[in-house]
Amino acid sequence: MKHSEFDVAVIGAGHAGTEAAHAAARMGVKTALITLSQGDIGVMSCNPAIGGLGKGHLVREIDAMDGVMGRVADRAGIQFRLLNRRKGPAVQGPRAQADRALYRAAMLAETKNRENLTVITGEVTDFRMNGDRVCGVILGDGSEIPAKTVILTSGTFLRGIIHIGDVSRPGGRMGDRPSIKLAERLDSFDLPMARLKTGTPPRLDGRTIDWSVLERQDGDEQPVLFSFMSNAVTAPQIACGITHTNARTHEIIEKNLSRSAMYGGHIEGVGPRYCPSIEDKIVRFAEKDSHQVFLEPEGVNDHTIYPNGISTSLPEEVQVDYVRSIKGLEKVDILQPGYAIEYDYVDPRVLTPRLSLPEAPGLYLAGQINGTTGYEEAAAQGLVAGLNAALEVRGEEPLHFTRANSYIGVMIDDLTTRGVAEPYRMFTSRAEFRLSLRADNADQRLTPIALELGCVSEDRTSAFLTKMDQMDAVKSKLTAKTYTPKEIRAVGIDVNQDGNRRDGMAILAFPRVGFEDLLPLVDDLADTAPEIRKQIERDALYANYIARQERDVEAMKRDEAHEIPRDFDYAALDGLSNELKQKLSQARPGNIAQAGRVEGVTPAALTLILAHLRRDLKARKA
Amino acid sequence: MDTIFALASAQGKAGVAVIRLSGPQAYMAAERLAGDGLPPRGMRMRSLRDVHGGRLDEGLVLTFQAPASFTGEDVVEFQIHGSTASVNAVLQSLSEMGGLRMAEPGEFTRRALENSKMDLAQVEGLADLIDAETEAQRKQAQAVLAGELGQLAERWRRDLIRAASLLEAVIDFADEEVPTDVTPEVRALVSGVMGDLEREVAGVRIAERIRTGFEVAIVGPPNAGKSTLLNVLAGREAAITSEYAGTTRDVIEVRMDLAGLPVTLLDTAGLRDTSDHVEGLGIALARKRADSADLRVFLTHDLTELGIPFQNDDIHVLPKADLRGESKNGVSGRTGQGIDRLISQISGVLSQRTTSAGIATRERHRMAMKKALEALGEGMRVLDSGPDLYDIAAEELRTAIRALESLVGRIDVENLLDEIFASFCLGK
Repeated sequence: MKHSEFDVAVIGAGHAGTEAAHAAARMGVKTALITLSQGDIGVMSCNPAIGGLGKGHLVREIDAMDGVMGRVADRAGIQFRLLNRRKGPAVQGPRAQADRALYRAAMLAETKNRENLTVITGEVTDFRMNGDRVCGVILGDGSEIPAKTVILTSGTFLRGIIHIGDVSRPGGRMGDRPSIKLAERLDSFDLPMARLKTGTPPRLDGRTIDWSVLERQDGDEQPVLFSFMSNAVTAPQIACGITHTNARTHEIIEKNLSRSAMYGGHIEGVGPRYCPSIEDKIVRFAEKDSHQVFLEPEGVNDHTIYPNGISTSLPEEVQVDYVRSIKGLEKVDILQPGYAIEYDYVDPRVLTPRLSLPEAPGLYLAGQINGTTGYEEAAAQGLVAGLNAALEVRGEEPLHFTRANSYIGVMIDDLTTRGVAEPYRMFTSRAEFRLSLRADNADQRLTPIALELGCVSEDRTSAFLTKMDQMDAVKSKLTAKTYTPKEIRAVGIDVNQDGNRRDGMAILAFPRVGFEDLLPLVDDLADTAPEIRKQIERDALYANYIARQERDVEAMKRDEAHEIPRDFDYAALDGLSNELKQKLSQARPGNIAQAGRVEGVTPAALTLILAHLRRDLKARKA
Repeated sequence: MDTIFALASAQGKAGVAVIRLSGPQAYMAAERLAGDGLPPRGMRMRSLRDVHGGRLDEGLVLTFQAPASFTGEDVVEFQIHGSTASVNAVLQSLSEMGGLRMAEPGEFTRRALENSKMDLAQVEGLADLIDAETEAQRKQAQAVLAGELGQLAERWRRDLIRAASLLEAVIDFADEEVPTDVTPEVRALVSGVMGDLEREVAGVRIAERIRTGFEVAIVGPPNAGKSTLLNVLAGREAAITSEYAGTTRDVIEVRMDLAGLPVTLLDTAGLRDTSDHVEGLGIALARKRADSADLRVFLTHDLTELGIPFQNDDIHVLPKADLRGESKNGVSGRTGQGIDRLISQISGVLSQRTTSAGIATRERHRMAMKKALEALGEGMRVLDSGPDLYDIAAEELRTAIRALESLVGRIDVENLLDEIFASFCLGK
């Protein structure tokens, strides 16, 4: 049987897959989302939370492109906290506990209601090929789905192996089959692959936890949501519990270390340092006699508890022992044991910045298969792949997210030029332009790009344009006039008598000056809406630093304009050390700016590359 | 686009030195030094004065308006007297003007390239040029970073990584078990680095370096005649000579002017295995000094017996030519045989070296340290406000680290994450 032809076929309906499919569909191309079962759409296989530092930024950016993750998370959110609330807006990250069932339901609803998007259930076993080009997929039942482009988001399913103690078996995540056939097809593309691992904690039965003896962590009183389009929390709100491991817990784990899959030598993959197993914590930080454990409910109508902080690959009976040694968990039942999972990933340095694979035109990779971890990182890649696959179908120029405009750009650039040594997770410290890439201004940065692409709903378009009009109006009032230090002091704002005249935005850049302080000074501000006031304050706060960074951004953009062909022959460059030749050949930077970020590359080496680019260009013209 | 400048001619004592400026502010900067009224294209004889009106030098000012210039941008060239002091003074005045910075190696060339000012043949020749420039800079950087400044830079690197990682840990792992206030430790680390930087910017060590000039070590087995050779070169009895092997135990230094170059000759203990403790110390010191010297003269029959690597430009001569008769590269301190040839060999190698970016490198480092110092000072001020402003403090620290890259090497987020994960048990 042969299905009708699609423009974009997305394999996998996790966080990368759903975001990719929605992005392509919003672009107006005919999209198929292929999943083993409808129940897999929007499944949160790890901890039931979205956002955080860096990750919350990604969700906001996805939302600014009119993606789905932010809105779905808002609908499923059962506890919202803005991390770093007291620190500057650049480092504040929205985070929410999500109800798994609500999340899945909301994602399914979004998916069913999306125009241009068809859900197909089945197991993808192979690609349809036309020479080198991938032109669709073949399902387990032999049926074919022709597609102009294919986005593979297979997560940890590539040669996934699950370890519980010394027992291991193939599997993508608990209860699912791994995609071995597909892995073999990918092998034929001869891609550089390596192994990573990650782990999960045992899931607990909340009805057997003694909550009365535990600390509580409540959400924020004034929840900050993810989506620029959400107004209010809709799900009931809950609290999380906090408990701690103790000497007895550590003793049990230590005694059984050799039975842990990780320490027993069953695992070769590299795990993330920021998400170590409890075994790891106890070995590496032997001096700590206690570790914090967050008890996170997986839903309002679900008694499953996710104990965040004790992921493990110990045998099940040891898990029972050590968990029950923890305060409040003395009588707890384990619903599902913790496990470690090892899987293949593709060295993302082979990908283009639009996440396509030059070796197999028509094919895009997104999510964990590219060496990342986390729902948000996966979804952001899905967005990039989905938009670009649609652009390819429409015959338009690819969309490049850059380090200067988004965390998405930072991640794509890190992945494609530097590769990964451990599962890649976003941190705000990865963004050199952190002060301008804020969660609060993601719409200002990215929605204009989305509008130009035409992937934004009417609602959001009008909401965004109205907001921008209001902001522009207020900003022009604030910059219309300048004031002497004397005039500024007269309204109670502390300023140096340095004789410099300042406009309203410049005054707002002072650390302790708020919008309200300007009301007596600048005309006609009083009717400004509260959220516009806040946003103007945030924009003004870092203005001086952002101006300083602008030169760096300019220099970077100039360098980005010098593109390096993927087949550029570094080995032929006299004057480059062998080490650099090798590093550059591996990283295959797409432009001079990316080449400069490859470790060890000097300005002189860049000049050399540039010189040869020029020469090749002239040679081609001649 | 930044305006960049650099010494464009060979360095060291020479009749004329050329300092080139390129970029949108080139004319403005030139007029601040040379006075107003420079022609769009042409040549003027002018006195160069610093911002306070102090006279720097007198020289020719050549102007090339864009796009008819080497780089395709506005270019100004100063042709001034080729003394270290004049060149230094002009470079320093330029670096103190806002918006100007020292050119990176190959940067003029790069701009020429970007503005399509080079033809195919010139591009072909670039590899060698850049290779040479980089190599010269690498050597210079190594020389500046050898010894004490190198150890300081190492410490700065460690302390800045630690300080930045503390701030980043508090920012990026806010919901985990990390301290909420790391201000005291960050302050201590930053103020330590600032203290060092202040001393360096004041130029104590750099001035010393200029005064000391090149170090040339004479190495060889005991009783090869190293001290006798030194005495002849120095023209006076600087080292004690005797017929007993192992006479020289300290490293003896003699300052001299060798063909117009400031040179410090080092006479080192003869290299041999010894059971004499004091002599052993002398030999260890000899090896160390020989390693860090700019140039080594090997006075020996067998280059491999000394255990000191013979490096690229090093000179090999055979000892006691008076006793062994004529040989191509024999020298004798006693008869003076081969001495003239040795002197011209040494000065040949060293003048070659002076063409590399000596002062430029030092000035570049000084500017880097100054910029870092400003950012750290601002960072310290912000740290006073505590964790609420860590985003700003981290930004200042990042600026400082970037400025110091030429000294401490590139520090990127992976270095910070390594430190964070080594220090804190993370992962909720």
